Amino acid sequence: MDTWGTAAEIAADVAAGKRTAVEVVEGALARIGARDKALNAFTAVTRERARARARSLDAARGSGRAAGPLAGVPFAVKNLFDVAGLPTLAGSKINRERPPADTDATLIARLEAAGAILVGALNMGEYAYDFTGENVHDGPSRNPHDTAHMTGGSSGGSGAAVAGGLVPIALGSDTNGSIRVPASFCGIFGLKPTYGRLSRARTFPFVASLDHVGPLARTTRDLALAYDAMQGHDPEDPVCVERSPEPALPSLEAGIGSLRIAVAGGYFRRGASPEALAAVARVAKALGVTREVEIPEAARARAAAFIITTSEGAALHLDRLRTRAQDFEPAIRDRLISGAMVPGALVTRAQKFRRWYRDEMLRLFQSVDAILAPATPFPAPRIGQQTMLLEGVEVPLRPNIGIFTQPISFIGLPVASVPVPLEPLPIGVQVIAAPWREDIALRIAHALERAGAVAAPRPAE
Amino acid sequence: MGTDEDALDELIDATARALGIPVEPQWKPGINANLQVTLRVAAMVAEFALPDEAEPAPVFEA
Repeated sequence: MDTWGTAAEIAADVAAGKRTAVEVVEGALARIGARDKALNAFTAVTRERARARARSLDAARGSGRAAGPLAGVPFAVKNLFDVAGLPTLAGSKINRERPPADTDATLIARLEAAGAILVGALNMGEYAYDFTGENVHDGPSRNPHDTAHMTGGSSGGSGAAVAGGLVPIALGSDTNGSIRVPASFCGIFGLKPTYGRLSRARTFPFVASLDHVGPLARTTRDLALAYDAMQGHDPEDPVCVERSPEPALPSLEAGIGSLRIAVAGGYFRRGASPEALAAVARVAKALGVTREVEIPEAARARAAAFIITTSEGAALHLDRLRTRAQDFEPAIRDRLISGAMVPGALVTRAQKFRRWYRDEMLRLFQSVDAILAPATPFPAPRIGQQTMLLEGVEVPLRPNIGIFTQPISFIGLPVASVPVPLEPLPIGVQVIAAPWREDIALRIAHALERAGAVAAPRPAE
Repeated sequence: MGTDEDALDELIDATARALGIPVEPQWKPGINANLQVTLRVAAMVAEFALPDEAEPAPVFEA
């Protein structure tokens, strides 16, 4: 069975009785069995659970019950989502000793309520403090377009599983870019919704001020289907807002109409490789965009996100640093211990700056509906690569991967990351919208997809 | 703001004691390098003038 098909096609086939959920799930499990050795995307495959769920979906359909919008669609989740019966690893060695989760994360339950079928948990950078997709405990997830290259992180397994055609939809988390970076490196679509939109309940946290969760997929329609199925207030996540769902699917095909779109200049052009600039130019041209705007103090916004991240991350892990420091991945241990030593006044200054920056961005969004910026400064580097040549200067690789994503998630703006299929490796562009306007970001992403400017390229195998 | 490596090693030793984090000697160069970067970027944020009334804003409300 060809597993490159979309979630929308699978759901339509299952609803129409052209395929059973059992057939779809067996196809996905066979594909995972055949391809995951090379990609190392999965840390657990929930075979029996998926088969049981598929059988019960087929039985429900047989008895005349209406199929959900994601009927029979296999999906997988970054292993920081609680999956009943599995310990929630969050990419770490230490969490392997946790008791198995007794309840699924809210977003898993919502996708399954729409008919989707969980097939497993996915590799990730340890405790999500990562942009590479590498992991010393589980080994690196590998880029389906060239397995010698990174997936990007920290939702690396999510990127590999979707781009490699193992599942049409995966969930990831994004604190500083961890959905948008693997979407860019792996050549797929990713949605980081507005901070507070989707429930983080029963996901292992990293930085409470900045943590988001969201879907990755190979088409904008699949992204919107998953996103719409997951919306809605959840009292179990203290930052999840009391806001009615605002489905993106109904306006997905509305086109760009009179939307005011601009390219981010200044900071978002410096430090970008020729590929990143070419990708933004291609997207801007397809949309007929010539206007440029300056995102004010983006470098300082990134700096402030960095400080809040290291400090809140250290606070989260303080007890483990006291008792289990040797069990962390060494580079992450060093970052977390140093984070515990940052004076509190500097962290509060970063939070105060966030207020100023938020006000400035809201002002900017009075004159523009969406902003285009590179998702990453370069396409996927090789696994293990430590430095990068940018504008002829050798720079350390890891801290530069998130330079274009951090200033955006810092104030929780919604972003659709869209893949530009450059050769030999794809690269992503961020479509950034005002708070709560995921619908606009997805509309623009869909218009770009329809125009042929962006697409998830199918890897050669 | 001082980012002198030796001074930072003293800060690391003192804070590690205060927080009860056992720091192996071979971890110190990595911790020191990270702390240097953090303090450098923190200085960049802290030097940005903000009114006393600027309060943190963790959540967007449209």
